[in-house]
Amino acid sequence: MNPLLANIVGHFPILQVVVPLVSAPLLSLLAFLRIRGLAWIVATLVSLITTVIAASLLASVWGGKVISYEVGGWAAPWGIEYRIDTLGALLLLIVASISTVTLVYGRSSVLQEIPEDRHPLFYTAWMLCVAGLLGMAVTGDAFNVFVFLEISSLSSYVLIAAGKRRESLTAAYRYLILGTIGATFFLIGVGLVYMMTGTLNIADMAEKIVAVRDTRAIKAAAAFLTVGLALKFALFPLHLWLPGAYTFAPSTVSAFLAATATKVSIYVLLRFDFIIFGQATPVAGLHFSQFLMPLSLAAIFAGSIAAVFQTNLKRLLAYSSVAQIGYIVLGISFANEDGLTGGIVHMFNHAATKGALFMAVGAMVYRLGSAELHDLRGLGRRMPLTAFSFFLGGISLIGVPFTAGFISKWYLISAALDDGNWPIAVLLLLSSLIAVIYIWRVIEVFYFTPPPDGAKTREAPAVMLAMVVLMAAATVYFGLDTRLSVGAANEAARILLSGGLL
Amino acid sequence: MAWLAPYNYWIFVFLMMIGLYTVVARGNLVKKVIGLNVFQASVILFYVSMGKINGGTAPILTGDPDTVYSNPLPHVLMLTAIVVGVATTALALALVVRINDAYGTVEEDEVQEMDRAS
Repeated sequence: MNPLLANIVGHFPILQVVVPLVSAPLLSLLAFLRIRGLAWIVATLVSLITTVIAASLLASVWGGKVISYEVGGWAAPWGIEYRIDTLGALLLLIVASISTVTLVYGRSSVLQEIPEDRHPLFYTAWMLCVAGLLGMAVTGDAFNVFVFLEISSLSSYVLIAAGKRRESLTAAYRYLILGTIGATFFLIGVGLVYMMTGTLNIADMAEKIVAVRDTRAIKAAAAFLTVGLALKFALFPLHLWLPGAYTFAPSTVSAFLAATATKVSIYVLLRFDFIIFGQATPVAGLHFSQFLMPLSLAAIFAGSIAAVFQTNLKRLLAYSSVAQIGYIVLGISFANEDGLTGGIVHMFNHAATKGALFMAVGAMVYRLGSAELHDLRGLGRRMPLTAFSFFLGGISLIGVPFTAGFISKWYLISAALDDGNWPIAVLLLLSSLIAVIYIWRVIEVFYFTPPPDGAKTREAPAVMLAMVVLMAAATVYFGLDTRLSVGAANEAARILLSGGLL
Repeated sequence: MAWLAPYNYWIFVFLMMIGLYTVVARGNLVKKVIGLNVFQASVILFYVSMGKINGGTAPILTGDPDTVYSNPLPHVLMLTAIVVGVATTALALALVVRINDAYGTVEEDEVQEMDRAS
């Protein structure tokens, strides 16, 4: 390899964050230069570059390798270390690729929903959000996680508030209040761990925590961190911000955030619970993550049942997200290899599935100006490809074989059975039945009610439609070829269970 | 009275509770933001207390090997946290201004009433 290129590849861990971060102020300059059309092109190109970097990072850590990068040449644990393992690289790929797909998809939708003079600033907030989410996945420093968490959160409040209706403002405000409380709880938790261990480097913390693992401060830290992050990833009953935020955000933003934002917070929780607190003494014989099991079951049922009663399709999907987060956390709370694999693979599969569903709904909103079920009657005839893509995403949400959702449910149920916990396996099957009900309600409206008089067949613009179909195809593809998703998830699960120290 | 000795931490807990209570109990959107600010400020106090060492001085090299220095790292971290806090407050107040434009009120229950009506 050419030495210059090799040098650049060596800096991929930092470039992963810096490229979108630097693009943000450049994009906002476009607002002053009045070259608004350029904003989308720049944002999409930058997003594409980050996807290439993420893919190359995943390829180079494949097989259980770990990349450690010293920021500014300061050695860990004094300097900030960027540490990428299989799980982090998988997250990077999810965030970067979903960002690229939704940007390509969202051009027409953003043109319609956001006044043109605000486009450069909209894409600025978007790239900041991407940079924050990627940073959380890439960094090995606990305080750095907080900073990136806030970068991604602040920009996502802006993105949500960009929605057309005034309810988007109150949704963004509510998310801001709860999100800030969550982030501050996280900060208190980090502070307590720092107090006891004297280090901020996550790998170093895991070693030093062993000496103080019985103290009350560490247990308080675990509680603060878990509650703070649970607020960020909307675990029931801390999910109150989520339905409003996903319903009233611009369609493109809903698709992007629903597919990525909550996953990254769950990833941070995984790192803290397994790598740091995994070394501490279990409380009452339970691993720290196991306290989440009852909450995750409550999330699955409360979210699914609430989804059944929604009349707005975006809100329905948002409540279903609350349930899906429950599945991911349930997998994690088994704290065994199958459960973790199931939870992590569901992070991946749910990103594809929910991305496809929200993108399909965005296409409907683009043409019909509404996501109310009442206005979507006969959509199977009016927008056949979009409706069919929604159908594919829907059956993946239920967990029908040959879709991505089936793979995750399979691992979750086998984890429950391995654990000898058959009631949970039964509950999982029951909850899938509720998913059948809420998806069926939508399918019935699409295919078994006549379209209103005078409705014409008109699909969304070609590029938008192509991306919807691509994501829907991905949910089927990852149900058939699981080498990437299950392969990476299984490897990540083994790394986490060994305490992250290979 | 030994439990009162680390009094900074008691103030931290006290401020934290005042902040959280204000966020939860107040219906005025601006007051909620102020509550959030108090809550964030309490965490700053917590970190700053953590870095202080009894008899320690500012971490500037004096040349005397017996000098005890306070730990500057938590203090530096709080510079970042203050910046984050300012950004959060600015954004929250901007949202409140927009909410006031759109709804004509900054009282949470009135806003909710109008959302329900529409």
